Formats: sequence, C-alpha cells, structure tokens
Amino acid sequence: MDPVLVLTQALNGLQLGVMLFLMAAGLTLVFGIMGLINLAHGALYMAGAYAMAATVAATDSFLAGIAAALLAAAAVGAVVEMAALRRLYDRDHLDQVLATFGLILCFNELVRLIWGPAALFVTVPPALSGTVEIFAGVPYPAYRLAVIAVGIAVAGGLYLLIARTRLGMLIRAGASNRTMVAALGVDIRLLYTAVFALGAALAALAGAIAAPLLSVEPGMGEPVLILTLVVIVVGGIGSIRGAFVAALLIGFIDTMGRAFLPAMLREVTGPATAAAVGPALASMLIYLTMAVVLAVRPQGLFAARTG
Amino acid sequence: MRKLVATAVAGVLAAAMPATAQDALKVGFVATFSGPNAALGEHLYQGFMLGLDHAGGKFGGMATEVLKEDDQLKPDVGVQVVRKLIERDKVDVVSGVVFSNVMMAIHKPLTEAKTPMISANAGPSPIAGKLCSPYFFAASWQNDQSHEAVGRHLQTKGVGRVFLMAPNYQAGRDGLAGFKRYFKGEVLGEVYTTVNQPDYSAELAQIRAAKPEAVYVFYPGGMGVNFVKQYAQAGLTKEFPLYSAFTVDATTLPAQGEAAVGTFTAAFWSDDLANAASKRFVADYRKKYGSAPSTYAAQGYDAARLLDAGVKAAGAKATDGTALAAALKQAKFESVRGPFRFNTNNFPIHDFYLIETVKGDDGQVRQVNRGVVFKDHADAYASQCPMK
Repeated sequence: MDPVLVLTQALNGLQLGVMLFLMAAGLTLVFGIMGLINLAHGALYMAGAYAMAATVAATDSFLAGIAAALLAAAAVGAVVEMAALRRLYDRDHLDQVLATFGLILCFNELVRLIWGPAALFVTVPPALSGTVEIFAGVPYPAYRLAVIAVGIAVAGGLYLLIARTRLGMLIRAGASNRTMVAALGVDIRLLYTAVFALGAALAALAGAIAAPLLSVEPGMGEPVLILTLVVIVVGGIGSIRGAFVAALLIGFIDTMGRAFLPAMLREVTGPATAAAVGPALASMLIYLTMAVVLAVRPQGLFAARTG
Repeated sequence: MRKLVATAVAGVLAAAMPATAQDALKVGFVATFSGPNAALGEHLYQGFMLGLDHAGGKFGGMATEVLKEDDQLKPDVGVQVVRKLIERDKVDVVSGVVFSNVMMAIHKPLTEAKTPMISANAGPSPIAGKLCSPYFFAASWQNDQSHEAVGRHLQTKGVGRVFLMAPNYQAGRDGLAGFKRYFKGEVLGEVYTTVNQPDYSAELAQIRAAKPEAVYVFYPGGMGVNFVKQYAQAGLTKEFPLYSAFTVDATTLPAQGEAAVGTFTAAFWSDDLANAASKRFVADYRKKYGSAPSTYAAQGYDAARLLDAGVKAAGAKATDGTALAAALKQAKFESVRGPFRFNTNNFPIHDFYLIETVKGDDGQVRQVNRGVVFKDHADAYASQCPMK
C-alpha cells in the first residue's frame, strides 16, 4: 500500500472522527445525565449549518457565522427543551424516540419553509481555501486541517472542563449516578440545562464547520446522527472519553474501510464479487464494529454509569 | 318488463354519463415534491405549467385541470396516488415523475388502465426495452443517454485513463455502464459509495493516488453538492478534469458556486440553445419564476408541449387513452432541444451537448454549451422493445 495514501486517509479518518466527536459529546452527555434519547440532536446540527450559511451570505464573515450558529442552536435548544423535552424526562425511551423523531420532521419542514428545498452555498474562508502540502507531493485541503485543529482544541477544552472544574465534577457525578447527585442537594434542573446547552452548542459548532464541506439542506442532520449514535453506543453512554475514542475509531474504520476494503477484497475474491460486495461491506463496517463491541462489552468501551 | 327496460336504460345512461359529460382534460402530475429532492419535482412542475400557459391554459384547446400529487420518492406511495388518479379522479393522462424507481412501480397500473404517461424525467432502461408500452412516452431521455454522451466525448477526445464514481444503487451502476458503453479506454478505478454519503475525502485521496486523465461521476442532488465542493477544495479540479452527469445543474449550481467552475457535463439541452422554442421558453420562464430554468424545467415544458400537440391531434377523442396515445406517438411539436422524434420504444432520438461550467465576466457562475457531442442519439435498449 502506498504510504502517502495511507497517511492522507489517516488524516481523513481523523477529520471525520473529530466531527463525530463534536456531535457525540453533546448527545452522550444528554443521554447519560438526563437519561434522554434526543434524536433531534441532528436538528441542532442542521440549525448550526443554516445559521452559518445565512450569516455568511449576509455578512461574508466566517467568525460571525460561527457565533450565529451557536446563538441559533442555543435558541432552538431552549425552545426544544422547554416545549418538548421537559415533558419527556420521566417517560420511557420509546416515547422519547417517538417525540424527538417527530421533532426531526418538524425542523426539516420548518427549514424547508424558510429556506426552500434546495441546498445553500457556503464558501470556505479565503485564508483556508487552498491546500497545504503536509509532505512534499501530499496536498491536503487547508480547511480540513483547520477542522481537525478545532476538533482537537474543543476536545482538550472539554477534557479540562470535565476533569478540572466543579461543573465537570457534577457532570461526571450525574453521569454515573443521577439520583445520588440530586439527593446530595445539587440543583439537577440547572445541571440539565447546562448540559443540554453545552451539547447544543457543540452540535451547532459541528454543523457550522461542516457547512462549507457539506451540502446545507433539509434533512442533513440524519446521516450524521446515525453515525453519532453508533459512536456513543461504542464509546459507552455518558462518557466523554468514550465518545472521543469511539469517534476517532469510527472515523478511522469508516474511512479506511471505504478506501482500502474494496481493493483488498479484489485480491481475495476477484473483481466481480468485490465490485458487488465491496462497497456494501465497507459501509457496513462501522455497524459490524458496533455489533462486536455490544457483544463483547455491552456497556461500551468506557462505561460511565455505575448504578 | 317496462320497468326493467327503464332501469337498464337508466343504468346504461348512468354508465355512459362520465364519458359524455367530460369535456375537460384531466392531467395527473405526479412527482417528488417533498424531501431533499423536492426541488427537482418543483422544477418539472414549473416547466409543465409554463407549457400549459403557452397552450393558453388549454391543452389542445380543451379545458384542462392539472392535479398535482406527491410521490414522496416512495414507489408504494407513487402507486397509491396513481391508483387514486386513475380510479377516483379519472385522469386522462399522467405526467411528471422524477425517479426511476417510482416510474417502474407505476408503469404497470398505468399501462393496464391504458392511461398515457408522459415522463418528464425518469427514463428507466426496462421501459425503454422489454417493458416498453404504447402508453408510455419520454419527453426527457433514456437514463443512460447523458452518461453515454460523456463517455463518447472522452473517447473522441482521446482520453486514455479515467476514474469513475457513483452511488451504490441501480441508477449509479446503470450510469457508469452507460459511460463505458462508449468509452473504451482504461478504467483505473470504479468506486461505488453509499447513497447519501456526505463526505468523500477517502475517495478523493484514491483519485489523487490513481492519477487519472479525467474523472467521471454521477452524483445527483445533495450528493453532487457535497462531492463537487470537496473535489474543488481538495484542489483536484485543475489536475484531474471533472466530468459528470446530473451532478452540476441549475438545482445544485447555486450551492456549488465556484466549486463547479471548470467541470463538464453533458445534456440534451442548455439555456443558451439558439432555437426559437428554447429562447421563448427561457425568456418566459424567467418572467414567470424569476430564475433561470433548469434542464428539469425544460423537460417539464417539453412534456406539456408534447401533450398539447397530442390532444390537438386526437381532437374529441383525447379523453380516450388509446386514441390519445396514438396521437402522442405521431405528435409534432417544437421541442426546446431542437430536433426531436420518437424511436420505436417512444423514447426520443435527439442531440447531446457538452456543457462547461464557467465564471462569467460579471462574476456569475453559469453553464455554457460547448457544442454537439452526439447527433441523433438513440438509446441502447430500443432493439429489445417489441413495438415497431
């Protein structure tokens, strides 16, 4: 195998991984601490991307776009939390899935009403629009490198927040035993709101930085939501560390599978079978990973919950 | 006895009533109007309604009612709405349909009901071949034709080594097969990605490693927006020229913007064609909808023009499916694409053009016609169709 290609694919895997981490960090906290399955998490991602697209179109400023995305997600998140999720905390998971799935449909339709069904255009900021030669002859898009940097920086910041601050301590405590935290006199409602806001902001950030890469269109949250669910299941629900490791793992497996599996299969089975099976198998790889993890460690790689 | 006769007469009269009382033409327009691909259905419909305007609001001089139905890109929903249109609304003809899987599902009920279908987009190969029907007409094209045109162009240009990509579903595999029907050079890689895959970085790295002379892809809708943006961001457009079909068009170009500049596609029509029908269509479309028409809108418009000519030729018998189908087969109309005639399978024989996406002096990104690739191009399946 060509080492240059492997290196490029590793970077691609890393980039997909950090994007997934931004989504998964919020979702796993909400799930782990609030016990809530929020399928509308993808809608927050979409809200971030649309706020980005609209702001960049109006002001031409990428940073203003990111700020707008965070504000939009805070607004959407607050509305969702107050209007719908608050009623769902004590219901069982099936009700939560149904209700938040309904929210997905509402938000997709709302976005379509406001911006129309066609995809929106977001430019890459001029400073990041070129390619960077990481090694001689290996150009890599500068924007994707920036995405990796932002993702790693956010992961570092989250680590400090969770490991070093009082809020982080409460979050860890909430994830491992919610009832006990409430019994110790912590305002669990306030903690819920903080966690939900944090998750919404991370999802919006993911949406905003994905906007120049991906097509900003209604329903853009669902494909990434599915990957995110795989990540939090593999990583262990409620664990930020698990989300980080699993996001990178899934990012690598998905990228490497797509890049090299069909070619490897061709060596083994011959071109006809490989052409038919290869793409399907490559796209199934992450689900196979999830199945294996569930079989071996049903609680995920880094389980947070103890009771 | 007299009472019995009277009842029988009344019954016969009642049965005959709808036919005699019907002096209006009912058209069912089925397309995808919801979901991520809703824009395509909307463009078909807008073109079709402009065609109705140009017919004075009356196809062939008959009072016309158009019933718009959403198939939601689901074959079973398509069958439901078509059944409803045939049985309850008693439509005389159906048009529209963006996606081939929906078209395949509704083909049988329409043919059995002897209701003519004028496809404004989908042209699946089985209906062009073995399943061809005297009630089916394509005002668009056969699905493979645009792919074949790009394959032919690269072949005549003398390009030797290409890299191919498409989504992993039937239309994707058919598309690349169509390309290879006319391209005889070396295929360095043929990659099928998951449908609606958002990120193509892994595949783009493979393209860079393979160093092809040209890249050919088929990524309709949002997939095309993602792919083309990422292709340009990876700096590949200059090194490896990008050719595509149904990937860069008026529905995706606003979102692709400058990322699409320098890419090529093939189409049966472009908005800068010089014929009178096209000029009138483009000008009036802009006036009515305030934007440049897409190829989808052009197809919808041609479907309406074909129907107008067919109803005119069928005259009073236009509400009879068999008579209308026979008239459609012979109908002469001014297509926006210029010369247009039906093959034995009721799919068009027409020209294909090479289209380049450029940035104009005014800073606007637009698509310009770079000349004919294929003259009088017939599809590859007509020989399998038993109709003569």
